[in-house]
Amino acid sequence: MNLRRDVFQAIADPTRRAILLLVASQSMTAGAIASNFDTARPTVSKHIQILAECELLEQEQNGREIYYHINAKKMKEVADFIEPFRQMWDERFNKLESIMKQYKPKK
Amino acid sequence: MELKTKINAGDGKQELVITREFDLPLELLFKAYEDPEIVEQWMGTKVLKLENKAHGGYRFETSDANGNVVFQANGTIHEFVPNHKITRTFEMENAAFPVQLEFLEFESLTDDTSKLTMQIVYKSVACRDQVLKLPFAQGLNMAHNRLQDIVNKLK
Repeated sequence: MNLRRDVFQAIADPTRRAILLLVASQSMTAGAIASNFDTARPTVSKHIQILAECELLEQEQNGREIYYHINAKKMKEVADFIEPFRQMWDERFNKLESIMKQYKPKK
Repeated sequence: MELKTKINAGDGKQELVITREFDLPLELLFKAYEDPEIVEQWMGTKVLKLENKAHGGYRFETSDANGNVVFQANGTIHEFVPNHKITRTFEMENAAFPVQLEFLEFESLTDDTSKLTMQIVYKSVACRDQVLKLPFAQGLNMAHNRLQDIVNKLK
């Protein structure tokens, strides 16, 4: 559950969404990604780190360089917009179930 | 792990089906839909009216911590057969979504387990998809709000 929230938090940021768009079609180094933004390089690195922690970006070592590319599987999971709807109902029904397990009929 | 709550929303259809199996006898599951006090607890809303009969109606209202009404919904009950089924409409007030039609079927699986099948019919395919996306959009908003909270703390 927390993981999912983190993923939403990750894609809620416009810079991070722009990074995801950049690496959607090709693997790029952190430097190459940063060169597309006016933001300071460490700031962009931080964004990349957050995306990698949420598994939205995958790392790939190539010689001395680390390349980043999009994790299509994870992106698909986030794009599955029905899942939050299902979770909403699941939480409601879980609550119903736990309430009724405690239920004592009125005498 | 098998999911307890399942959503079946076929592409291009203007309906969806929610199914859920409960570790509850059928009577207790139905009771949770029949008793307004219990509905209030699990739906997290105030029940202003709940007339469990054909031609009956119901009204829900939710307020925030400051007492501002944040959610209102109502509907008409078409069929009410205890431990078997409820057919009703559902409409969010002050929202852009048209009324929807809900068929709820309750069945017993074993002495201690039961199943609810909820078929919801929307005005159009587009309406259904919009309603489906609501919690997704709220998730995004929550993420935005959380970011805002974090930023505010940094100031």
